[in-house]
Amino acid sequence: MQSSASPDTQLAFQIRGLSKVYGQGDTQVHALRGVDLDIPRGELVVLLGPSGSGKSTLLNILGGLDEPSTGSVHFADQELTAFDDRHLTRYRRDHVGFVFQFYNLIPSLTAWENVSLVTEIARNPMTPDAALELVGLGSRKHHFPAQLSGGEQQRVAIARAIAKQPTLLLCDEPTGALDSNTGIVVLDAIARANRELDTTTLVITHNAGIAAMADRVLQMADGAIQDNRINPSPCDAASLSW
Amino acid sequence: MAFPAWMSALNRKLLRDLWHIRGQAVAIALVMACGVGMYVMSSGMLVSLDQTRQAYYERYRFADVVAPVKRAPQTLEARIANLPGVRQVETRIRSGALLDVDGVDAPITGQLMSIPEFPQPHINDLVLRQGRYIDAQREDEVLVLEAFAQAHSLKPGDSLHAVLNGTRKRLHIAGVVLSPEFVYAISPGDIVPDPGRFGVLWMGREALAHAFDLDGAFNEALIQTMRHANEQALIDRLDALLEPYGAPGAYGRDQQISDQFLSNEIDQLRTMAHVLPPIFLLVAGFLLHVVLSRLIDTEREQIGLLKAFGYGPMELARHYLRMTGVIALAGTALGMLMGLWLGHGMATLYMAYFKFPFLSFHMPPSVLLISLLVSIAVAALGTLVAIRRVMKLQPAVAMVPPAPADYSHTGQWLNRMAGWLDQPSRMIVRHLQRWPARAAMTTLGIAMAMGLLIGSSFSLDASRYMVDVSFNVIDRQDITVSFVEPRSGRVLHDLRALPGVIAAEPFRAAAVTLSHGRHQRRQAILGLDPEAQLSRVVDSTLNPVMLPEHGIAVSDKLAELLQVTLGDELQIAVHEGRRPVIRLPVSRIVESYIGTTAVLRLDQLNRLLGEDNAVSGAYLMIDQAHTQALYDHLKNTPAVAGLALQGAAQTAFNELMQQSLGTFVFFNTLFAGLIAVGVVYNSARVSLSERGRELASLRVLGLTRAEVSFILLGELALLTLLALPLGAALGYALAWSMVQSLDTDLFRIPLIIYPSTYGYAVVVVVVAALASGLLVRRRIDRLDLIAVLKTRE
Repeated sequence: MQSSASPDTQLAFQIRGLSKVYGQGDTQVHALRGVDLDIPRGELVVLLGPSGSGKSTLLNILGGLDEPSTGSVHFADQELTAFDDRHLTRYRRDHVGFVFQFYNLIPSLTAWENVSLVTEIARNPMTPDAALELVGLGSRKHHFPAQLSGGEQQRVAIARAIAKQPTLLLCDEPTGALDSNTGIVVLDAIARANRELDTTTLVITHNAGIAAMADRVLQMADGAIQDNRINPSPCDAASLSW
Repeated sequence: MAFPAWMSALNRKLLRDLWHIRGQAVAIALVMACGVGMYVMSSGMLVSLDQTRQAYYERYRFADVVAPVKRAPQTLEARIANLPGVRQVETRIRSGALLDVDGVDAPITGQLMSIPEFPQPHINDLVLRQGRYIDAQREDEVLVLEAFAQAHSLKPGDSLHAVLNGTRKRLHIAGVVLSPEFVYAISPGDIVPDPGRFGVLWMGREALAHAFDLDGAFNEALIQTMRHANEQALIDRLDALLEPYGAPGAYGRDQQISDQFLSNEIDQLRTMAHVLPPIFLLVAGFLLHVVLSRLIDTEREQIGLLKAFGYGPMELARHYLRMTGVIALAGTALGMLMGLWLGHGMATLYMAYFKFPFLSFHMPPSVLLISLLVSIAVAALGTLVAIRRVMKLQPAVAMVPPAPADYSHTGQWLNRMAGWLDQPSRMIVRHLQRWPARAAMTTLGIAMAMGLLIGSSFSLDASRYMVDVSFNVIDRQDITVSFVEPRSGRVLHDLRALPGVIAAEPFRAAAVTLSHGRHQRRQAILGLDPEAQLSRVVDSTLNPVMLPEHGIAVSDKLAELLQVTLGDELQIAVHEGRRPVIRLPVSRIVESYIGTTAVLRLDQLNRLLGEDNAVSGAYLMIDQAHTQALYDHLKNTPAVAGLALQGAAQTAFNELMQQSLGTFVFFNTLFAGLIAVGVVYNSARVSLSERGRELASLRVLGLTRAEVSFILLGELALLTLLALPLGAALGYALAWSMVQSLDTDLFRIPLIIYPSTYGYAVVVVVVAALASGLLVRRRIDRLDLIAVLKTRE
């Protein structure tokens, strides 16, 4: 699926004039208003902004879960916005790892099985054991979600997301349901995946403190990007505090 | 949704909740409606048939006891009238006769009954449907049974021929009638009525007495008893009084053939009313339980909130009870309408076989009340467990989300076979293991649908089998000829000489009372040629049996009724000729589905009767090319009283099957399909509601729609698969219980279920499951992938 423009192959995403309107008439909500943005490969990007600023909508569109009203998104050399449902599923399956605020683990599968759920269908996965080692849960792999703490569940979710060696890791409020100590362990796992697997990583958060570990910080408000700033010296997750 | 201002907020919630689960509510209401409808129809029909029968018998003064004799002087009537318990008595002449209708090749078996020239009969009065009563001045006028008249388009003014005691006579039809004696007009020995092949005629007493040399005499007494008379005592007195006149024995209504069939039908309806509807209600109760439990899970926080606001546990219990109450009431109301509609249809269908002057489907209020109460009870029981949870829920606990379902106790065996199960399959197996009761109930529900279909369709298989065995294994003759009086065996030579007759085999039938200890039974015994090839005696494996030199062979049903086994001695009191009383050992138990059979060798029977080679009739095998010539001969053979054509009987049976089969199969399929859809659809919807988030997460992770559907529908497919053998077993059990409850003296239904019936049931259940799966699949396809990222369960 080649696009007419010639996208920069060093970029993970090239976003042009992206708008999203929900509803009609009086009830119209502009979630995104003409966003232009380039995200280079391998960066760890933190999206900050108040509720309703458009963070999640942007993430959903990049993750292939939602379609924009107007505008285009190029993922490497492909135009994501031209994909149909089948191609979007394929895209999610091959390239995207998701981490949710509420973990969304399958309660009837153990940690290890939750990860293999993804590795079984991925093109070039690491082993479930390797993924769980990466998030420091090698010893808990035969536990069911009900037997794991919130932070452990979220680390299983990260292992599940990175096990397929995704091109892109999308995390929506990954620490939103966790206390700060646990949150830091989870963020460390995300940073490691970004570093060791060279995965372009987008993290949505309300928590401005997390921005210190990012390569790039995007500040969103009212459906637009207010500030796009590069962090010259990202710090370790371990040194964060909030 | 706009609501009237007076409606409370809780009731608005109720209506919205109901709207939300409308698909499931409709499915449950329909299953319930089927049960109620079937109950209302069969109970209503049962009551209608019973009341109509009673009213008809009463209005037309149907005889309570019939006492046939060979010939008794008219003066005996007064002595019968003086017997204790007799309210009124009327004597008549009754005789078999061959009928000949213009344009009909084969002679028709007929019965002629005398009626007073004036006024109409006091007992067994007739319902005049067309024309007029006979004219006392005319000897050749007859009244004709309506079914027979219709079969041959005969109307008043037409005529037909009858061979009366050897004399061919032209009879003119004065009127067309119905008789309480022939509500179910079936020729003796037939399985289904064939109105064209069985004619009943009523003729003036004088004329018939002349024809049969019975002037000043009668050969049948009809008796109406006093209200509380002891019927058996009366029968015993009648037998004693009439014995010198060649009485084969008096009998009550329970032995009257038309009434036997009617009672049999009423028994079947009773079985239908009491066995099948509970299955539907059971399934509906289970579905209500599943759906309400799930609803309460999703509304857990709301319930906590309402309690926190000050709503009491009883108020909330009432709220949810009202919800299931609405579903139950809707189902019941629909079921009642359905039952009424089906009942009216069934009454029309019944009128084709049971000839009543009137038969209106009547639903007594008690039937309605019972169905209402039972449905409400089922709904309440089905929701009891869920509602107890509502009442017990602590507000503080309710408002905290439930802990994630713990699957850690689901067997370790699964981990050991990890190699060959992928994760989605593991999810299915673990889910089933986690909720075994629900999985079992779902399986049972689907199995019940299949069992119901098999259990109700099996009677078709059984009938086909019975007819197949009767026509092709036991009675292989083309024609059965019966004589007016037993004749010398030499008559067989004459029969074999008739055109088209390939083979002729004799039989001798005699009226007897069989007794063993205190068990006794009045019936016919049959003497057969031991070498017989046409009408044969077979054992339970359907292999022909050689009749023993000495002793009597009885059918297993008769053995059961008389409590005899091989080797026991039976006392046989013969009711004709010199009326000998003899004792014979039971030397064989044989198979018979229709009636009860007692058979011995012809020569042995003749010896016992003190006769030299007498026969009552013969079985013929004929060359179909010469039937016309044969019929012409038989029509003019005075000795012949009746002619039964196997081919015509088989055609009549097949027609009956054809006519009722479509309707029968349609409703069985509909009912079973509804149960299967109700169970599968509800299970799938509940699963989807519980696991929607899980499945949407998987879609986000990149699983395709088909892969995600597999997790949910694969589970149901597995349960449906498990239900198939269970359903077959349930169907067999249901058929078995039907066989037990339908086991009458008239029929013994074999427990025969053809593989095609199982196959059809499997197809119906699988198609219903697939259709339900597809309905839910559409919802899986529309899962909201975005909401799942943000919402907590």
